[in-house]
Amino acid sequence: MRKYLLKRILYLFLTLFIVATATFFLMKLMPGTPLQNEAKLTASEKASILAQYGLDKPVWLQYITYIVGIFHGSLGLSFQFSDQAVSYLIGSRMGPSMQLGAQALVVGVIFGIILGAIGAIKKDTWADRLATILSILGIAVPSFVLAILFQYYVGLKLGWFPVAGWSGFAYTVLPTLALAASPLAETARFIRTDMVDVLSSDYIELAKAKGLSKFGIVYHHALRNSLIPMVTLIGPLAAALMTGSMVVENIFSVPGIGEQFVKSILVNDYPTIMGVTIFYSALLCVLLLLTDIVYGIIDPRIRLSGNGD
Amino acid sequence: MENPENVIEVRNLEINFHTYAGEVKAIRDVSFDLRKGETLAIVGESGSGKSVTTRSLMGLLAPNAEIKKGSIMFHGDDIIKKSEKEMQHIRGKDIAMIFQDPMTSLDPTMRIGMQIAEPLMKHKGLKKKEAIAQALEMLKLVGITNPEGRINDYPYQFSGGMRQRIVIAIALVCYPEVLIADEPTTALDVTIQAQILDLMKDLQNRIDTSIIFITHDLGVVAGMADRVAVMYAGKIVEYGTVDEIFFNPQHPYTWGLLNSMPTLDTEGGSLSAIPGTPPDLLDPPVGDAFAARSDYAMKIDTQQEPPFFKVSDTHYAATWLLHPDAPKVTPPAEIVRRQQKFAAMQKPEAPIKSDTKE
Amino acid sequence: MVENPNNIEINPGDFAPLDKQAGPDKEKIAAPSLTFGQDVWRRLKANKTAFVSFIVLLLLFLMAFGGQALYHHDPNAQAPKYANLPPKIPGVNIHGLNGHITQSGQDVDAYKQAGASSSVHYVLGTDYLGRDLLARIMYGTRISLEIALIATLIDLTIGVGLGILSGWKGGRVDIFIQRIIEILSSIPSLVVMVLMATAFTKTGMASIIAALALINWTTMARLTRAQTLQLKNQDFILAARTLGESAPKIAWKHLLPNLSSVIIIQTMFTIPNAIFFEAFLSYIGIGISSPQASLGTLISDGQKNFQFLPYQMWYPAAVLIILMLAFNLLGDGLRDAFDPKSKR
Repeated sequence: MRKYLLKRILYLFLTLFIVATATFFLMKLMPGTPLQNEAKLTASEKASILAQYGLDKPVWLQYITYIVGIFHGSLGLSFQFSDQAVSYLIGSRMGPSMQLGAQALVVGVIFGIILGAIGAIKKDTWADRLATILSILGIAVPSFVLAILFQYYVGLKLGWFPVAGWSGFAYTVLPTLALAASPLAETARFIRTDMVDVLSSDYIELAKAKGLSKFGIVYHHALRNSLIPMVTLIGPLAAALMTGSMVVENIFSVPGIGEQFVKSILVNDYPTIMGVTIFYSALLCVLLLLTDIVYGIIDPRIRLSGNGD
Repeated sequence: MENPENVIEVRNLEINFHTYAGEVKAIRDVSFDLRKGETLAIVGESGSGKSVTTRSLMGLLAPNAEIKKGSIMFHGDDIIKKSEKEMQHIRGKDIAMIFQDPMTSLDPTMRIGMQIAEPLMKHKGLKKKEAIAQALEMLKLVGITNPEGRINDYPYQFSGGMRQRIVIAIALVCYPEVLIADEPTTALDVTIQAQILDLMKDLQNRIDTSIIFITHDLGVVAGMADRVAVMYAGKIVEYGTVDEIFFNPQHPYTWGLLNSMPTLDTEGGSLSAIPGTPPDLLDPPVGDAFAARSDYAMKIDTQQEPPFFKVSDTHYAATWLLHPDAPKVTPPAEIVRRQQKFAAMQKPEAPIKSDTKE
Repeated sequence: MVENPNNIEINPGDFAPLDKQAGPDKEKIAAPSLTFGQDVWRRLKANKTAFVSFIVLLLLFLMAFGGQALYHHDPNAQAPKYANLPPKIPGVNIHGLNGHITQSGQDVDAYKQAGASSSVHYVLGTDYLGRDLLARIMYGTRISLEIALIATLIDLTIGVGLGILSGWKGGRVDIFIQRIIEILSSIPSLVVMVLMATAFTKTGMASIIAALALINWTTMARLTRAQTLQLKNQDFILAARTLGESAPKIAWKHLLPNLSSVIIIQTMFTIPNAIFFEAFLSYIGIGISSPQASLGTLISDGQKNFQFLPYQMWYPAAVLIILMLAFNLLGDGLRDAFDPKSKR
């Protein structure tokens, strides 16, 4: 297990290194410097700004500086906000993004499990069909459409929740719901498929033969066995939340990383684009690693193959 | 109940399965009794309806199954008429079941002690602690070494044979009156098979339970059963005591089964398979369903269904060959040899197997 | 339990041995036999949702690729004086489809207000530049579908090719391909696409296709590899190898047909995924740019006027949602239809 972990951590760093390298050179391919916003500058002023970003050095030196910087927690300076470090920018915007992401994950996963379990237990009934339609809608309706609909109909027309901004829990409700749709749908589909499988397994048949009630069978045997593989969903769900956050934060004017990312893309703020890219990749890599570790701990069947006995 | 000795009486049971292709007539007019303390073996090929029959005793039929006719009497009540809630009180308490594959029939995420304790908590209302204590006794009884150390283990930590012992422990923990064993040794190694069969026999004596033993393997039946029912195409075609079925079989299908079974004293060492495949139960043939595969088929076999003909008080077979007007046929050589042995067994005062319950 | 045999009427000839030649065939298999394809088609038809989705997709494809032949309106023709007109279908007098809008609580004929003659009508209204929305939706759907289909085709080629290669060859080739997949799949796909799309903004459609293809092939490759590994050791493949058939021939003749169900199902989920990401990129402004249109840009344009003219977003959004729904439902249906376990 320890050897396996070390190997995984090594791959994590390799992956991030490749991401950083690819991002760096992709961004170097692009036109534009921090100067494009300030066209009327003297030659010496330009030179000093270029020097501030280290852009006066050869590309290979810039690259080495960048990679070494990452290890020191530095992701360079933002073009857009010339006095801000990218790492500071990300740090200051992490709070709202994390809160939204966590809330959406909790809402999505809990209701997804309920929906999926209903679908599996009541397979081929109207309840199953309703649950299936809801979960497929969650996949089919893009988060940006959902966010706009929520904002307009629930926020503006009904006036239940604030339409935009970030000052208190009420402001988080609509973006959370818009963001939760996709993880909810993914979870529901996953749990339904998985639980249908589990419910047709021999040990459920044995549980029935013991005389357990339907609730007892689902609660004590089916649910636990279906929930364990759900750990593998952590990665895809996190990725879905990152995608969603870019547009949802934008639509609801939430000062989060996603909103900043879209802004930076539109104004060609390359250091910020690179920084957020690396941050997102690192987050996903760590989550995937955690998934593996957690899965190994909670699933006795997996633990067996891990020990090799 | 027609006979106070009987624990279960199945009468004229008919079960259909609704499939996309039509109604599969899986069980066609099956009747049998299970007596107190006996082991009844139900033998047949896969698809003959033996598993469906026992599932119906548990009230665990698939959702697309429909019981068309018949009754299953247990303690004077018809099981078929019971609600799901009522059945939950019978399952695991009065009628318990052992499944075929011990590798998949235990919940992989629950400690085995808890799995054995579950029926006790459900049916006897025991607290978790007491139930686990009784589960420990049960583990000792089914021969798990170091039960104290293993009661908190997960299924993956046990071998196939050990797991089947645990499954047996789960089934017997409430001391059920009836134990249904659905091919309990098929998935196990031959050496382990014998151990499990011995264990079942031993526990049957201690707990005083009746066993319905489902198998396709006649070899297993010989040492285990008191009586045997042979099923073919959703019907029982012959039933009798284990000696009668093994040494004086009457139905051509039973001949075929015995003929295809290797025994130590098989002469010449040649086995013969039964030609052809079982009929399609979507549209069962008229008459004797086995006629198409039988070398002894007569015209009437394709026209009328044979009734049960009495061979002895305990032995009946549904074949036209037993009709007084039917020509006398010579069974395969191996069967003739068996029948001679049977005749010899009848002559001495003490039969070899005297413990057969009548 | 014992019936009386004497109750049954018996004729003298009944006990004659049965003529086996004339009798029923022992080896006859009674159930009608279906080929795999027929079986899948039968089960797909039985699954009403999937079948309806299939028809809906056909109609949407017809609309996107053949619609212009019937509806002669240039999707890019601007008519500023007719900007933001609501839908008007001649002869239909339902609010929302008759050219009227509600302005500060009053029902107003928007066409009259714009000074349009009575012969002017836009079936789904116009956008902020006076472009015909129906024509733009048909055009946008076509672009979205083209991008998704081309990207999926590339995915399919790379994914299936590398998947078979990886599974068949094993060893170093396998390890190398697996590492690439592992690394690619631990980068959020969205991030890759954003990077690709920003890095090659000038190329428009091509850069989106490249970005989509770069990300989506990994799933396909993983599935194909797993399936190939399973098939590789099965007897019919071993037999073909023993007979000395060449590897490419085995792959083409024996592997691909057996992989087809996995590939088809996965494709059904790759296409809507591609449609979604294209719409996403175009929505945030780094995908398709005007005068080209895709469903994403149409939704993004429509959103600006959503409060006053909701139809401008509703219609393209509805097309996008229906497309996604239909592909997902068809994929689900196909998965059930191909899965022999779910046979009922």
